[in-house]
Amino acid sequence: MEKEDPVHIDVFTLYVFILAAFLGFELIKRVSPLLHTPLMSLTNAISAIAVVGAIILLGQKDAPPLSRILGFIAVTAAITNVVSGYLITDRMLKMFKKREGGKR
Amino acid sequence: MSQTWVQLCYVVAAVLFILSLKWMSAPATARRGVLAGELGMLIAIAGTLARPEVVNYRGIAIAFIVGTVAGVPLAYLMPMTAVPQRTAFSHACGALAAALIGTAEYYQHTPHGFVMGAIVAETLLGFLTFTGSLMAFGKLQELLPGRPFTYRFQNWINLGIFGAALALGIFLVAFPEQRWIFPIFASLALIFGVLLIIPIGGADMPTVIALLNSYAGLSAAAMGFALNNDLLVIAGTLDGSSGFILSVIMCRAMNRSFTNVLFGAFGKVQKSAARAEQRAVRSATAEDAAEILGSSQMVIVVPGYGMAVAQAQHKVRELYDMLTRRGVDVRFAIHPVAGRMPGHMNVLLAEADIPYDRLFEMDDINSDFGQADVALVIGANDVTNPAARNDPGSPIYGMPILNVDKARTVMVIKRSMSPGFAGIDNELYYMDKTLMLFGDAKSFLGDIVKALPAAAMAA
Repeated sequence: MEKEDPVHIDVFTLYVFILAAFLGFELIKRVSPLLHTPLMSLTNAISAIAVVGAIILLGQKDAPPLSRILGFIAVTAAITNVVSGYLITDRMLKMFKKREGGKR
Repeated sequence: MSQTWVQLCYVVAAVLFILSLKWMSAPATARRGVLAGELGMLIAIAGTLARPEVVNYRGIAIAFIVGTVAGVPLAYLMPMTAVPQRTAFSHACGALAAALIGTAEYYQHTPHGFVMGAIVAETLLGFLTFTGSLMAFGKLQELLPGRPFTYRFQNWINLGIFGAALALGIFLVAFPEQRWIFPIFASLALIFGVLLIIPIGGADMPTVIALLNSYAGLSAAAMGFALNNDLLVIAGTLDGSSGFILSVIMCRAMNRSFTNVLFGAFGKVQKSAARAEQRAVRSATAEDAAEILGSSQMVIVVPGYGMAVAQAQHKVRELYDMLTRRGVDVRFAIHPVAGRMPGHMNVLLAEADIPYDRLFEMDDINSDFGQADVALVIGANDVTNPAARNDPGSPIYGMPILNVDKARTVMVIKRSMSPGFAGIDNELYYMDKTLMLFGDAKSFLGDIVKALPAAAMAA
């Protein structure tokens, strides 16, 4: 809050949002339908980046009890997604093999 | 660590997330993509833990341990057939985290203006995605009935509840001090999530899962606005656009619109169309099937949700091996909405060690059915129904289908004659060239595999 502006709008972050949306569209469009399931579990793990907000909430000095309880649940839920999301994506991808030399 | 270093960590993490999705485009680089994603997450978490305002580490450490203990078995013990459920559950976890952080931020800081708007968006999406994903989980896990459930004025009630939640949200942005409003707002969002999924049937699950994926991501992006954190905005938006694109692909593959999926309650309309007449079908034994398969040159397998339910993918692989060894060209035709989530069939067939260059998308293989000696349909139904092409009165008219009926012989492995999830009769089953193979997909395929060598001797 640099200025006293009652309807202060974070324009810079809006730019980031819009650019990320276009970038996401271009990136996802190129993903082979073969990998749509691992793609979903990967993006799911990436969006568990919410853990950043949860850590700040839970780790702050003298957090009020409500923030502490909700922050704890949020960190737990997000870390569950981080851990299981990346691991299962890799587990799935390991199974995709081509014919030549693919039969172990 | 100073704020600048923390921000630099976030920049590196954002780059790694983008590379992660870029490398996800092809199987050859996909595992590198996962590694990039893991690294990005690690750097982001390390940077956050080093922030000067983060001082209380005990709670964080415990939460990390609990989350890891829950996450590892969720990744390793889940059978591949249960991946749709797991995905729905993860959407619920992610959305819950976002919603709770938003709630805590609101009660602690009571922000105004733009930030309050972001928190309202975050919690609204978060809470409705949380209950919606739990409902989807319940339906996929068959804890809840999978059929769509409809009642009078359903859409109006849903719309009304969502409208009320939205109105309260806007009111909260205008008057953040009115704290008593927030629990009502949150409850309405939670209720709306439940009501949204109640009328969704199994055939629509791929679209809905993708949509919930998108909401969960957007909720995290909204949190980025609330916390003024660009990394959250980027990662959340990437997830949001991914889910959105996937659900658009799913909708297109069914020739339906978003509104139709969410408010159409598939499988309800055609009750009147259900014909009472008994029509004759040709059924065949495993030996008959083995003989035809053994003497063909090209076989196209069409897997569907029934294959997942019967856990038949390994038997499919045995059949594939035997036929391939005899010089038969075996291909797999994957419809975009086959199964219960995008790409579901590909993962199951990959699990059974079927090389992925044998799996073909609908548009790439549809012209090949004319040359195929046999189209073997395993637990797929609506995606093979010629009514989508010929019968303007059919509820699935216009949906792109696999041209199974163009093959010389069609074999359909099916439990019984009961219509599929959408409750639509399939003309395919009554065609002269169609052989119905009644039974459990797994055991029937096993019988075919057993009968094949004998059939080879006879030939």
